[in-house]
Amino acid sequence: MKRLSCVLALMVAVILAGCGKPDFSDAEKQTIASLALSRLPPLKPDTTNRFADVPAAAALGSTLFFDLGMSRDGTVSCSTCHKIDRQFQDDLPQAVGVGHTNRRTMPLAGVARDPWFFWDGRRDSLWAQALTPLENPLEQAGNRAAYAHYIKARFGERYERIFGPLPDLSGMPLNASPLGTDAEKVAWNAMSGAQRDAINGVYANIGKAIAAFERSIEPAPTRFDRFALDLVTGAEPKGDAVFSKDEVLGLKLFIGKANCVTCHNGPRFTDNGFHNTGVPPVAGLPPDRGRIDAVRQVEADPFNCFGAYRDGDVSACGELRFVVKSAPELIRAYKTPSLRGAATRPPYMHAGQFSSLDEVVAHYAKAAPSVEGMSEVHPLELSDRERGALVAFLKTLSE
Amino acid sequence: MASLWRYLLAGLGLAALLAGILAVVYLTAPRSSRTAGPDVSRTKATDNGLFVASFAPERGVVRLGELESWLLTLKTKAGAPVEGAAIAISGGMPQHNHGLPTSPQATDYLGDGRYRIEGLKFTMSGWWQLHFAISATAGSDTVLFNVVL
Ligand code: HEC
Ligand code: HEC
Repeated sequence: MKRLSCVLALMVAVILAGCGKPDFSDAEKQTIASLALSRLPPLKPDTTNRFADVPAAAALGSTLFFDLGMSRDGTVSCSTCHKIDRQFQDDLPQAVGVGHTNRRTMPLAGVARDPWFFWDGRRDSLWAQALTPLENPLEQAGNRAAYAHYIKARFGERYERIFGPLPDLSGMPLNASPLGTDAEKVAWNAMSGAQRDAINGVYANIGKAIAAFERSIEPAPTRFDRFALDLVTGAEPKGDAVFSKDEVLGLKLFIGKANCVTCHNGPRFTDNGFHNTGVPPVAGLPPDRGRIDAVRQVEADPFNCFGAYRDGDVSACGELRFVVKSAPELIRAYKTPSLRGAATRPPYMHAGQFSSLDEVVAHYAKAAPSVEGMSEVHPLELSDRERGALVAFLKTLSE
Repeated sequence: MASLWRYLLAGLGLAALLAGILAVVYLTAPRSSRTAGPDVSRTKATDNGLFVASFAPERGVVRLGELESWLLTLKTKAGAPVEGAAIAISGGMPQHNHGLPTSPQATDYLGDGRYRIEGLKFTMSGWWQLHFAISATAGSDTVLFNVVL
């Protein structure tokens, strides 16, 4: 009799122990492994920017990134919005530079791995992206002729050691750009083709230096990565690599019933694609149709991969060559953001529509239809505990 | 003492029930997922039987999130290569209500009925569909390939 009760007690203990340990199917384990930062492949070279991995170019790029002089009135730099101690973003629903913009500042960890840049992907390289805020009247509000003169005056020697001799800028207007004020446009149009090309060349190199710097901004390992590594290697999780019951439930939902992993996949939790998820527009901001309006812009950009300022050969331009040009699903489609670090940098979405992760999860559960186009997300039956668990899991990507 | 036994008995009953449920789940799950999968054959007759089409990654392996080229090989029923075909490609993920993230094109004819399809990109694992509209001197036909990653 005593032996039987011993056996029974042992059985109960085994069952209880089994419950305490997270239990994942092989398929789940595979998906979890695919999300771990250790799976992030090494950064590929960027053949369109032959200075991408030149340390002196990255050093100059870093100087320019933080330099307030890189703006019309000397008050705004990239780092005004992309703050180094805030995951290179600014915690605002919409960014503020020289003026108030219409979109949220994007964090920059791992950005060099993206095929498209901005919430709508209207630029196709990191170096072409950097040229956009410099001339945007709401951001740095400068013009390319002024930047060329500024580089020559402030960083002429450093520039020439990397990129070779600066063009002769004497006789060129102090302010000129095809995208600037009326006076700047007139000045630009009055320049010769060779002069414009010389200014564009310096301008492209500014972008290439900044891009070289940005390539060093990479995501750091989190609690989730330590948990995933232990799960995959079968090691006993220790310290903060142990997940609470809610965190395990949240992870299971994320890769299972809640379908988050269909778009937020891979070690950066993004498919690098564009999706309409029914995020509502912000009242008072100009109409924003997302990806559908961006394709024409990237095709028209003289600094795109097909343009004259690309280094290397055209085989690097596959993304632009095979871009989807028009499809109903591009309407109000936005780039899937990485979720690493998201928990500690509200607000969320392309114009800061939601102020907490609870609101984000409530949005996915409800899956309201899009104001225009078709939302790809479908309503989810989630209990209060499950919603909390999803948020708890997302937090493990910030710790 | 008697009540302790009752608890143990109840515990044993519960454990048996749990084991039973687990057994049912275990025995039914794999079978149902096996029958649900789409036809993933890489060679098939086109919808109206005009051609035999094969579709395979050019480098043998499929890598998620990368631009890739695949080969579409077109033969007549008699096995002769189909030359000079015009090929239009569409597709998407039927379970996610979205199309292809890129617009792949037939960029090259490699001889022997083989066409290079460039610009394919699979951004996630799951069930993808690729639909080809083929028109050649022998006529026009369509074929659908399922790719499950
Ligand atoms: C006024 C604030 C502001 C300034 C200044 C600014 N940015 Fe941004 N940045 C933003 C906003 C807002 C977005 C998203 C804009 C959009 O989608 O239209 C963005 C997007 C980006 C992206 C795209 C990230 C991605 O994941 O696609 C990069 C890269 C970037 N900025 C780098 C820079 C660099 C380099 C500079 C300086 C040359 C700069 N930014 C200046 C606010 C700013
Ligand atoms: C159909 C693709 C898709 C699915 C499925 C999806 N997301 Fe997203 N997610 C996106 C896109 C696209 C955005 C940006 C939308 C925007 O700004 O308009 C986004 C934004 C977010 C953000 C805000 C991040 C930021 O920096 O602003 C969070 C958090 C998030 N998703 C979590 C989730 C969770 C949790 C799930 C599952 C319940 C999920 N997502 C399912 C595509 C998706």
